[in-house]
Amino acid sequence: MIDLPTSHVIILAMVLFILGLIGLLARRNILFMLMSVEIMLNAAGLVFVVGSSKWAEADGQLMFIFILSMAAAEVAVGLALILQFYKKFNTLDADAASNLKG
Amino acid sequence: MTESIWIIIALPLVSFLILAFVGQRMTRQTIALVATAGTGIAALFTLVTGWRLLSSNQANFEISSNLWEWINTSGLTIHMALHLDALALVFIFVITFVGFLILVYSTEFMNEDSGYARFFAYINLFIASMLILVLADNLLLLYLGWEGVGLCSYLLIGFWYQDPSNGYAARKAFIMTRIGDTALIIGLFLLFVEFGTLNIGEILTAAPEKWVTGDTTAKLAAFLLLGGAVGKSAQLPLQTWLPDAMAGPSPVSALIHAATMVTAGVYLIARTHAIFELAPEVQFIVAIVGAITLLIAGFSALVQRDIKRVLAYSTMSQIGYMFLALGVGAWSAAIFHFMIHAFFKALLFLGAGAIIMVLHHEHDMFKMGGLYKKLPVIFWTFLIASASLAALPLVTAGFYSKDLILWQVFASNIGGSGLWAMGFAGAFITALYSSRMVLVTFFGKTGISPTHRPGWAITTPLLVLAFLSFAGGFIELPHTMGHTQLFSEMLHGTLPALTMRELPANGELMLQIITGLTSIIAVGLACLVYLRRPSIVNQLKSSSFGNLFVRLWFTGWGFDVMYNALIVRPLVSISKLNKKDILDNISIGVSRLMAFGNSQLVLSQSGKLRWYMMIIALGAILTLTLSIVI
Repeated sequence: MIDLPTSHVIILAMVLFILGLIGLLARRNILFMLMSVEIMLNAAGLVFVVGSSKWAEADGQLMFIFILSMAAAEVAVGLALILQFYKKFNTLDADAASNLKG
Repeated sequence: MTESIWIIIALPLVSFLILAFVGQRMTRQTIALVATAGTGIAALFTLVTGWRLLSSNQANFEISSNLWEWINTSGLTIHMALHLDALALVFIFVITFVGFLILVYSTEFMNEDSGYARFFAYINLFIASMLILVLADNLLLLYLGWEGVGLCSYLLIGFWYQDPSNGYAARKAFIMTRIGDTALIIGLFLLFVEFGTLNIGEILTAAPEKWVTGDTTAKLAAFLLLGGAVGKSAQLPLQTWLPDAMAGPSPVSALIHAATMVTAGVYLIARTHAIFELAPEVQFIVAIVGAITLLIAGFSALVQRDIKRVLAYSTMSQIGYMFLALGVGAWSAAIFHFMIHAFFKALLFLGAGAIIMVLHHEHDMFKMGGLYKKLPVIFWTFLIASASLAALPLVTAGFYSKDLILWQVFASNIGGSGLWAMGFAGAFITALYSSRMVLVTFFGKTGISPTHRPGWAITTPLLVLAFLSFAGGFIELPHTMGHTQLFSEMLHGTLPALTMRELPANGELMLQIITGLTSIIAVGLACLVYLRRPSIVNQLKSSSFGNLFVRLWFTGWGFDVMYNALIVRPLVSISKLNKKDILDNISIGVSRLMAFGNSQLVLSQSGKLRWYMMIIALGAILTLTLSIVI
C-alpha cells in the first residue's frame, strides 16, 4: 500500500467540496443541486476517514458510517420532495419555487 | 354579649350576600323577608346592647372588640377592631332602627320594580358599610366604611340606570364627594405621619400632648378632615350633588341622603373633636360653613317646585345647623339634632315618596294640592314631621334640638350673636319653606287624585317615625322647661361639654321665646300668602328683582353654572389641547421603527433557494477569513 500523505487527501476533499458548492450555486436544476450536496457530504466524510487513519482512531470511520446512513436517508427524502416538486411546478428549476418571497 | 357587637355589622352584610348571590331566584316575599330580617335583628341587638350599657350606670362606657389583625407591615398595624361608645351608639341606633323602618317601607314601595333583589342588596350593603364607619376603631376602617357608603350612594342614585340623567346624577354625587374623600385620605396620611398610628383613641389622647392650641399641623389636619366632612355632608362648597341625588328612589333619599350617610361628616368631626379643639380657627370655619350653608340652602328650598328637591335643600340646611353647632363646640347638641333630624327627615322623604308613588310619579308640588282628605295617614305624619322641621315650639322634637343649637351658639365662647343671627334667620326660612311645602301639597286647589291608599308596610314606618319626631325631643329638655338632660349626659363621657361665656341669667328663656314666636310667625305668614293671598307671591315673583332671586335660588345660587364655567370647561378644553397625547409618540415611535425594520429586512427574503445558498456560502467564507485573519 502506498502511503498517501494526509495533505493530499485533504486537498482532494477541498476540491470535491468546492466542486459541490459551485455546483450547488451555479446549477438551477434541483436534481443536480441534490447531487452537489451529496458530493459535499462525501468530501466531509473523506476528511473524517483520513483523520481516523492518521491518528489510528475508530471515531472518524464511525462518523463516516453515520454520515453515509444519514445521506441515504436524506436522498430518500430529497428525491421524494423533487418528485412532488416536479408534479407541482412541472419543471425542475429551483427558481420556479419562490412563493415564500417576503 | 358586649364582645359580640360585630354581629350588628354582620347581619345586614349576610342579607346583602344572600340577596346578591341568590336574590334573582327568590320570590318577592323571600327577598323582603331576608332584606328586613338582617337589619331588624341588628336593630333589636342594638336596643338590647344600648339598654344594657345605659343601665350599667357607668359614666363613661365603652366597648372595644378586636376581631382580627387586618394589616401588619413594619410600622403600620391596623386591626379589624370595633369601638362602641355613646356617640357611636346614637349613630348605630339611628342607622339600624331607621334603616329597618325604611326597609319595611321599601318592601311595598319597590314592589312593582324589576330590580327588587338588587335594591335590597344595595341597601343592606349600605347599612353594613355605614355601621362599619361609625363602629370603626381606627381611621382606616372608618375610611373603608366611608368609601363603602359612597359606593352604595352611587349605586342607588343611579338605581334606575336606564335613564341617562340618573347615571349622570350618580356620577356627579360620586365625583363631588370624591373631592372631599381625597382631602380626608391626605388628612389620614398626615395623622399617621404625625402619630404613627391610625387608632382614633390613641390619636385623640396624643394630640393635646403633641400640639399646642393653634399648631399649624393641627390646623392642616383639621382642615383636611373638614374637607372630607364637607364633601360627604353636602356643605359649601361641595354641596351641589345633593339635590341631583334625588334621582334615586325615595327610600334611598330617606336613608342615605337624609338620615345617615350625609351626616357622616358630622360624625367624623364629632369623633375627631380633639383635633378641631386644637385648631380653633378651623373649628370656626366649620361654624361659618354651616351657617352659610344653612342660609343658602334654606333660600333655595323656598322656591323649589319638586317636593324631593325641597327636602334635599332642607337636608343641606339642617346639616348646616349641625356643622354650626360643631363649630361652636356644642358637640352633643349637634348629635342630638342629627338624631331628631334623622327621624323627621326620613319621615318627610318617605311621606313624599308615598305621595309620588300614588300620584303616578308626579314630583311637582303645585300639581298635587288638596291631598289632606284623600291621604289622611300621610297627611298627619307629614304634618308632624314638617312641624318638627319648622321647630314649632313645645310640642315638636325639632324645636328642642334646634333651640338647643341656637342657644348654645349664642352662649358659646366661640359663637356669639353674629352666628346666632344667621341660625335664627335660617330657622325663620325653615319654618317658611316647610309650611309652604305642606300647604301647597295638601291644601289649596285639588290636583291629581291618588290611585290608591298605601298599605300597612308604608304607613307603619310613617307612624313610628311620626311618634319619634314628636316624642324624641323630650329626652333633652332645656333648663328653663323641665330640665331633662338624658341625651347630653349619655354623651358626656365621649364629647366635651360646651364652654360658655358670661351671660345674663334669663337670656336662655328670652331666646327661646324669640325663636318659638318666630317659627309661629313664619308658619302664619306662609298660611297667609299661600292660602289666603296667593297674589302676594305672584307679585313678588313677577317683579324683576324677585324674579332674579327666584331664578338664582331655584338653581341653588348658580353653583353648578359657576363650577361648570370655572372648573369643568377649562379642564375639558385643556384636555382637548392634548387630545393626541404627546407622550404617546414614544410608544408610537417604537412601533414605527419596528415597521421600518421589517420593510427593509423583507427585501432579503427573495424566496430563491440559490440566493440563500449564496448568502450562506458568503457567510461561511467571511467567517473562515475572519478566523484566519484574527
